Amino acid sequence: MNIGSKRLVVGAHYGLRDWLLQRVTAAVLAAYTLLVVALSVASEPGYDGWARLFAPTWMKALTLIAVASLAYHAWIGVRDIWMDYVKPTGLRLTLQVLTVLWLLACVAWAVQVLWRV
Amino acid sequence: MSTVLDRTRKRPEFRNIHVTQIVRYRLPPAGIVSILHRVSGALLFLLLPFLIWLFELSLSSELSFARLQAVVSHGLVKLVLLVVLWGFLHHLVAGIRYLALDLHIGFDKGAATKSALAVLVVSLALTLLAGLRLFGVI
Repeated sequence: MNIGSKRLVVGAHYGLRDWLLQRVTAAVLAAYTLLVVALSVASEPGYDGWARLFAPTWMKALTLIAVASLAYHAWIGVRDIWMDYVKPTGLRLTLQVLTVLWLLACVAWAVQVLWRV
Repeated sequence: MSTVLDRTRKRPEFRNIHVTQIVRYRLPPAGIVSILHRVSGALLFLLLPFLIWLFELSLSSELSFARLQAVVSHGLVKLVLLVVLWGFLHHLVAGIRYLALDLHIGFDKGAATKSALAVLVVSLALTLLAGLRLFGVI
């Protein structure tokens, strides 16, 4: 579909970046899950062992990457759900904006929790 | 011969599936995995604040950690956690299948059907294990 005389808004490359990033973030999340499961099994049970796991800066950095990946992954997935089922443009846009705000709030909260350890 | 024709004629036809037709519409295993991937993803998205809250309780202090243990020992919370665990496990296992399909591994119809069934079996088995652990059976 063309908007104006030149601008092509739908084409072969449209959405490729999101498609690829959804898969990249998925791989990141799967790897992070494995890492946390392995590390928590290896650490001593209880609060001390669990908190020590998230104390080092490298673990905070990895967790931040995982949280950011989760947010972007969820954004693409939920956006696809709205695009499939919600046709009125105004309602769809509203839901998409709320989705972004929801995810940003979750990221901010997770970061705050993480850096208090 | 007429019975064959009748049966052919009576085959239900679906064009644009309406919500009321979902129950009668028989999805192949890959279709079931697909819609559950979406449902579990939406579920995890909606329960994200709940999960971050649990994460906060687990990390903030020894006191909040004890509170987490108290919260999680509640039967209703355990049930919600079991649903979340299913959602996570299904999304993870089905997601691994999708990554393989993207790489054209197990791409033909027979293999894809088998892997779809495997996803259902593995994710439900893992959920069962997690549930037994959660409810203190093992």
